Amino acid sequence: MDSLLNKNRPPVFCPGCSHDNVLYSLDKTFQDMGLQGNQIAMVSDIGCSGLFDTFFNTHALHGLHGRALTYAGGLKLARPDLNVVVTMGDGGLGIGGAHLLSACRRNLDLTLLVLNNFNFGMTGGQFSATTPPEAMVGSGFLNRLERPIDVAQVAVAAGAPFVARSSAYQKDLPELIEKAIRYKGFSVVDIWGVCPGRYLKRNKLTPNMIDDALNKLKPLNGPVLQNMRTEYGQSYREHAADQKPISPPAGIDARFDPPKPGRQEVVILGAAGQRILTAGEVLGIAGLTAGLNMTQKNEYNITVLRGPSICELILSPEEIDYTGITKPAAVIVLASEGVLRRESLINQLDHNTVVIQVVGVDIPSTNARVISVNFKGKGIKKTDWALAALAFLSNMNHVLNSKMLDAAVTIRFKDKTLHAVKEIVAKATA
Amino acid sequence: MRLSLYEGNDAIAWAAYQAGCRFFAGYPITPATSIYNNMLKILPPMGGTVLQTEDEIAAMGYCIGASMAGLKAMTATSGPGISLCSEQISFAIGSEIPLVIVDVQRLGPSTGSATKGADGDVQFIRWGNSGGLPVIVLAPVDVKDCFTLTMHAFNLAEVYRCPVFIASNKEIAQTRESINLESLERPDIIDRLMPPSGGPFLPFQSLPEKDVPGFLPIGGKVIVRQTSSTHGVNGYITTDPDEIATMIERMNRKIKTEIDRFSFAESLIEPGAETLILTYGVTARAARAVYRDLKTEGNPISLLILKTLWPVPENLIYKNAEKVKRVVVVEMNLGQYVREVERVLKDKKVVFLGQMDGRLISPNRIKEVALG
Repeated sequence: MDSLLNKNRPPVFCPGCSHDNVLYSLDKTFQDMGLQGNQIAMVSDIGCSGLFDTFFNTHALHGLHGRALTYAGGLKLARPDLNVVVTMGDGGLGIGGAHLLSACRRNLDLTLLVLNNFNFGMTGGQFSATTPPEAMVGSGFLNRLERPIDVAQVAVAAGAPFVARSSAYQKDLPELIEKAIRYKGFSVVDIWGVCPGRYLKRNKLTPNMIDDALNKLKPLNGPVLQNMRTEYGQSYREHAADQKPISPPAGIDARFDPPKPGRQEVVILGAAGQRILTAGEVLGIAGLTAGLNMTQKNEYNITVLRGPSICELILSPEEIDYTGITKPAAVIVLASEGVLRRESLINQLDHNTVVIQVVGVDIPSTNARVISVNFKGKGIKKTDWALAALAFLSNMNHVLNSKMLDAAVTIRFKDKTLHAVKEIVAKATA
Repeated sequence: MRLSLYEGNDAIAWAAYQAGCRFFAGYPITPATSIYNNMLKILPPMGGTVLQTEDEIAAMGYCIGASMAGLKAMTATSGPGISLCSEQISFAIGSEIPLVIVDVQRLGPSTGSATKGADGDVQFIRWGNSGGLPVIVLAPVDVKDCFTLTMHAFNLAEVYRCPVFIASNKEIAQTRESINLESLERPDIIDRLMPPSGGPFLPFQSLPEKDVPGFLPIGGKVIVRQTSSTHGVNGYITTDPDEIATMIERMNRKIKTEIDRFSFAESLIEPGAETLILTYGVTARAARAVYRDLKTEGNPISLLILKTLWPVPENLIYKNAEKVKRVVVVEMNLGQYVREVERVLKDKKVVFLGQMDGRLISPNRIKEVALG
């Protein structure tokens, strides 16, 4: 197999840069594996490691600092057969830390080569996430204050199933990279090297010193037993194959006449857990059965099990322009949490509005027609009061009628639930 | 009559699927999350991919990768997420990567109010990229628009090879509404163009007679280069000022000179009206109510609802405002798009009405200002 190095763009690393060693090792790997350029995508980001993509005659994607793993993931999910090799420096590792952790957890079949030379070469030798505290670098005393991370250990802890540490000078680096590429899952190779342009100016670091340092660590040479599992893309495709296709929301035919012409607004003021939004949906469907247009806006706290739950619904034979509430035909009051959010609305109501108020929930003074109802006394549970109030309204032939409600609940609910809902309607209208 | 119930976010998801979107990556954020929820139900059984990423930066990064591999890709977020996406947006602009980005706007600044609507990102979307090259931004008014404009957004992303934004709003995204599916406008689906065969592939060489390069996917037979660095037609970094200028000017031109082809708008022009209300987004609904009221009262005004916000459809605005004496710009912020209107209509009196308190601007307020 021929070299995949780009003859028109020879490497431009500083003399003595260990990136050169990695570059030629990687090229040897590709040759040993018999890969063509169009079977490989080199993905890189910023820093000297980001020059890698230009030196190979392969597919290439070069992007923003620390984000290489995100592009690589998108490519791999879209093209599972592609060999995706990511080069990243210790700089990209720091700024893209969240992506590294997620890539380890996710386990897409990518190969990450960390070109770890313990500093930011391109911007003046500042400290990175792997700079030793005793090193003299371009960040003054600041690197003395922070602890470097051991990328390989982090990758193991985050769930990477293939993790290795290596020196850029290691003879068997091409074989190690080949194992990493062949491994079906996320593989990380932390490759230690030197930056002659910056780091070596004020620090001594030789291949032997790198070997010594690596030998002091618990070795990591590839597969991590406790992290081995099915590759993400394969798992995804298996799970996706079990999913059933869904259809867009079904249409609802108009079959009744609404009780009144014109725009009708309804506000339901309740609390979390009272199935306010479901009642709103039922009312909306009821409107559709009478050929009315509808809009429904809901309001609730992000803590969905506590606090107010409010539904604002508009039904109209005309197209609905403004979706805000102006003159409600009905306000349903079910809990003080909702009332507190709409005190000014209740204050402003006139006699054209019907307020259905469950007993025990106070409301501010109002000129609306207030009708008190005791759903509790009728044996209806608090969680069903919203629906009961709709039944009550339909009994008054106000906003909706009983045919519309009956059709709506039959569309919205099935089987046992439908049966229970119909019982509530019967109790509320008894 | 047969009506269906959709929220704005439901409509965006279904339209994306129908436009050919097969890749969605996102991070949960109110009020955009239900687009992700929908995509997660729609795409996987149909052979598409949906991913929940570690953050919005990654969501855009995965979309960029998938788009470069040839898929139509979309992400959806809100103001805080768009902020994070900025560097990736710049990449997609400068490297001509087709993408659809939905910004379901919520009340800012910052994390602001997750459940309250606003149109506060309108200038931010335009200028929130390094380099300042033009972007396409479409603004739906209602569920119907969410459907149609999302399909247009995918087409525009493919035709011009650029990110296209949908500037939605909590008040559209999470408002459930009845729509007649049969009456929806569904544009024909357009796919990115391949380069002519023969000769070596240059990833940033314009197609004949066009300002847009032909596309080949990363991972295909022909080797493809993509880079966020300033590049020449071959996709390699360049320092040649002439080459740089040629590339930048082409990317500027390919979108700006084509605006008349995709100036989506609804214009309700009344003969003899002296006032034009110009608005966009959910506020247009209140403005329509005012337009109708005043017409009934025999005191008509004209109304222009912009659905393409960027590039500014200058000819369209100019033409619609030609006959009126004053223009009232209404928007759910402290005055963002009004700057553009003032710039285009130098000789007109431009009045601004804005509101930024999480509530819809009411027809009454608009009417007061419209009547002066």
